[in-house]
Amino acid sequence: MPAVSKGDGMRGLAVFISDIRNCKSKEAEIKRINKELANIRSKFKGDKALDGYSKKKYVCKLLFIFLLGHDIDFGHMEAVNLLSSNKYTEKQIGYLFISVLVNSNSELIRLINNAIKNDLSSRNPTFMCLALHCIANVGSREMAEAFASEIPRILVAGDTMDSVKQSAALCLLRLYKTSPDLVLMGEWTSRVVHLLNDQHMGVVTAAISLITCLSQKNPDEFKTCVSLAVSRLSRIVSSASTDLQDYTYYFVPAPWLSCKLLRLLQCYPPPEDGAVKGRLVECLETILNKAQEPPKSKKVQHSNAKNAILFEAISLIIHYDSEPNLLVRACNQLGQFLQHRETNLRYLALESMCTLASSEFSHEAVKTHIETVINALKTERDVSVRQRAADLLYAMCDRSNAKQIVAEMLSYLETADYSIREEMVLKVAILAEKYAVDYSWYVDTILNLIRIAGDYVSEEVWYRVIQIVINRDDVQGYAAKTVFEALQAPACHENMVKVGGYILGEFGNLIAGDPRSSPLVQFNLLHSKFHLCSVPTRALLLSAYIKFINLFPETKATIQEVLRCDSQIRNSDVELQQRAVEYLKLSSIASTDVLATVLEEMPPFPERESSILAKLKKKKGPGAVSVTELEDNKREGGELNGGADRGPDTAAMAASNASTPSPSADLLGIRSSAPVGAAPTSAGNLLVDVFSEAGPAAPSAAVNDDGFLRDLEQPTETSDSLLVEGSGDSDSAPPSEDPAPPLSEADELLNKFVCKNNGVLFENQLLQIGIKSEYRQNLGRMYLFYGNKTSVQFASFTTTVSCPGELQSQLNVQTKPVEPLVEGGAQIQQVLNIECLTDFSDAPLLNIKFRYGGALQNLTLKLPVTINKFFQPTEMASNDFFQRWKQLSQPQQEAQKIFKANHSMDTEVLKAKLLGLGTALLDNVDPNPENYVCAGVIQTKGQQVGCLLRLEPNAQAQMYRLTLRCSKDSVSRRLCELLAEQF
Amino acid sequence: MQFMLLFSRQGKLRLQKWYVPLSDKEKKKITRELVQTVLARKPKMCSFLEWRDLKIVYKRYASLYFCCAIEDQDNELITLEIIHRYVELLDKYFGSVCELDIIFNFEKAYFILDEFLLGGEAQETSKKNVLKAIEQADLLQENIDFQMRLFAGTVGEVNIAVVVDQ
Repeated sequence: MPAVSKGDGMRGLAVFISDIRNCKSKEAEIKRINKELANIRSKFKGDKALDGYSKKKYVCKLLFIFLLGHDIDFGHMEAVNLLSSNKYTEKQIGYLFISVLVNSNSELIRLINNAIKNDLSSRNPTFMCLALHCIANVGSREMAEAFASEIPRILVAGDTMDSVKQSAALCLLRLYKTSPDLVLMGEWTSRVVHLLNDQHMGVVTAAISLITCLSQKNPDEFKTCVSLAVSRLSRIVSSASTDLQDYTYYFVPAPWLSCKLLRLLQCYPPPEDGAVKGRLVECLETILNKAQEPPKSKKVQHSNAKNAILFEAISLIIHYDSEPNLLVRACNQLGQFLQHRETNLRYLALESMCTLASSEFSHEAVKTHIETVINALKTERDVSVRQRAADLLYAMCDRSNAKQIVAEMLSYLETADYSIREEMVLKVAILAEKYAVDYSWYVDTILNLIRIAGDYVSEEVWYRVIQIVINRDDVQGYAAKTVFEALQAPACHENMVKVGGYILGEFGNLIAGDPRSSPLVQFNLLHSKFHLCSVPTRALLLSAYIKFINLFPETKATIQEVLRCDSQIRNSDVELQQRAVEYLKLSSIASTDVLATVLEEMPPFPERESSILAKLKKKKGPGAVSVTELEDNKREGGELNGGADRGPDTAAMAASNASTPSPSADLLGIRSSAPVGAAPTSAGNLLVDVFSEAGPAAPSAAVNDDGFLRDLEQPTETSDSLLVEGSGDSDSAPPSEDPAPPLSEADELLNKFVCKNNGVLFENQLLQIGIKSEYRQNLGRMYLFYGNKTSVQFASFTTTVSCPGELQSQLNVQTKPVEPLVEGGAQIQQVLNIECLTDFSDAPLLNIKFRYGGALQNLTLKLPVTINKFFQPTEMASNDFFQRWKQLSQPQQEAQKIFKANHSMDTEVLKAKLLGLGTALLDNVDPNPENYVCAGVIQTKGQQVGCLLRLEPNAQAQMYRLTLRCSKDSVSRRLCELLAEQF
Repeated sequence: MQFMLLFSRQGKLRLQKWYVPLSDKEKKKITRELVQTVLARKPKMCSFLEWRDLKIVYKRYASLYFCCAIEDQDNELITLEIIHRYVELLDKYFGSVCELDIIFNFEKAYFILDEFLLGGEAQETSKKNVLKAIEQADLLQENIDFQMRLFAGTVGEVNIAVVVDQ
């Protein structure tokens, strides 16, 4: 039944489409289109009123032209007119045009909204659905403002037709996604949850998408959905394949709904109610069992639908991470899929196993598949599957199999696709370091990495090997020897020259005893590479040369000769020239002692978390907090660059740093990875000071930025031209300036939120930032609302959350990037997921950047995440309290402060604050009724910290004495600091 | 789901549906990039790929590629079957659908899609129910046309709701 026979065929349209298809060239097509556009324009402008049919036809032609990729700048009014047509197809075409070509012309929006309003109140279900579809397709803020309160009513009204309910549910979902602040929870919410029980499967299918999204944002309000979802799922899973009639898809009962139910359950922890949990476990077992049954159909649709449910069930099992039996069964099932003939299944199994590998219950089970996975890495024909295999190898790696996995990854790198090489390099570098038992293996691995895939070895990787070598004296001689050998290769990678220059400059003396690697041989070897290298590498080599003069006085004359020659001392590159001049001068006027002091061996690097890791996370997509760590590091690098115009008096100091990797390369925290004793740290602080003083950054740091941008664009072999466009697209690129330092009032703003979770965090003339947060156990969720107070759009709006310093190992903050545009008057929302790993003192930083009328706005705030947010109140009786109080009697467990009252000393105010703190306020405990005592337990991932608090007000003196006793002394101190600002 | 694209083997875009707000420029860029990426893939390759921070699920039916972009937590296999169900719907409606049907009746392809998916989520997965909704609309049109012919001149007073009820 071809549609054209249905009485609404538009002959003119068909003719036009045929004409376009018959065009032999792009030019002919454009000519034909321009002719048509002129025709339509004249019809629309003509004196004669057009009938509905013609209007519809022309609007449809415009739509077709637009969909071909041409711009359309008229016809909107005619389309809006069609909306109020009585003829269904005219109305329908009008809505389609509006849905595809929305225009923010306010006059039109008003007209469109009027038409929608009429249709919504028409009580004609077909019209209502059309209107709802239009709202869902456009989803603009104006529509949300007009209809966000109306749609929930339609959704839950008793007399609404099923089809309208379905449209209303998804329409509301779309509005909630675009303007969550306008969709207010209310009486309808509980009724929405009960749609899970609806008789009509279509209604349930549509409603569950809405419920899932709402549950993610408001888990408490929707938690009744868990038991409803379980019983619905149970009914579907146990139904025969024909029970559900048209909702059975290739013998699989309601696959879409099943997947969505399982997905919804992943918004919650395992059900607490034993019966519900039992029923759910039964469902999961049934799903796993069904995977073993022979297929009811040979069609791929059957197995896809069945396995879609299976994978979703496995996701839920992994999400719960509490049923060892199910986890192992899931792992076995995935193991079978690893060898399945369907590429899609192998891909998904590899992907899903990656998450299983991180569960303690299934890590070992995953490891048993190592050979299959290695085989996949070697033999899969599809690069995206190989990539998954590499990911899984990385995830399943531990000390027992690290050498094997690293070796396999290295050998794979030789033939790996260009698109994944850099990521592979990072992974190898991380694994090699993380699981290095002997560091000569580590050095070998990294040098191999440079040899095999030098182009893909980023700065971070080679900086890292140098830092490790510097920090570990047992590997220095080996490193010098190995790098010397590697440099013998006639064509070695520039990165190898960098590592070689640096290591020989520092530790060349360790191999100088061997006549085959005497000082002059070393120097000549390095210098033979000099002319082939880029400026940054040459700069590094010059610094290595001056170090040689210090290490080996016998090379002085030769090296001075090199420095003195015109190509150095008159080099057109100012950095090279300056280095040559300064080093030459330094070597001629400084005494041996001075030289030895200036060029002393590099002190060990401070231990920090790996920026390689950060880089990997960044490649894997934004969202991980360590991304910002990387950016922080970049900022340091930036400041250093700024300090490059140093005076001659600091030149000596600079000289010794000149070839040092810039601190942006700060490397892996050795503490977490080095099994062989901790590296010395004593000189770390000194080094940091030196850096913040004046040292020039390795000039190559700037070069690195370029490459990095390119990486993000995911290069493929054929997309070069696209890439160029991509990076030239400065409009949409986020501002690249460094984050501003925190506002001076940032601490004050933070203090405002110690005893409360919601409110306005910050406000100026442009921007308002509201905050809503909730905490449970050691987890928290924070909603940030960014409101544009102006009438002008904010462009390139980016926010970055970072955990400075040691906070990054104490607190885990995750978020997704926000939309880069904030319209005038609009508000956008960002959700942060917070996990407290251990107790902490600092606050995470929130940096916000955007362009307002061309000017870059850049501000940094402290996020009010304080340790007390993870309090669980503990009620206890008086004798209990004092017993525990006495148990916590070691001096360091107690923190006390006497301070003047800054705020009202009113009893009710004080009580409210203490409750807001998160502790239980204990009555009748303290013998003095004027005093307040509180008790609570701070929940962190690692441990629980019991805390007792006593606040003694002295109304006459307007003073307080605050005493805290906690099972962990750092917590006592931090709470005391925080609370002293509150009263 | 964030968007769905239908394009031919020659890389011509036949249908585009966006469930997230993006500028026209951005849409064109994404389309160009994805069409190129997907067309470069060989048959027998996996139907899923990572692209930016999204997952792409695609499948080829005759000369047409159906390509969906879903988010990280979305299910790839069920998305593949979303595509298949949509193809089935088109097939049933047009009667062994081919690329030309979609070119010449693109508006119908959009209407069917809207009945099936709304805001990027499945609205109605029953084939019968979706087709019923579309056919009802077609019928509505025929009836109106019929009535118009009968009562030429009183177009404005045709009561559509009554027609639906019949």
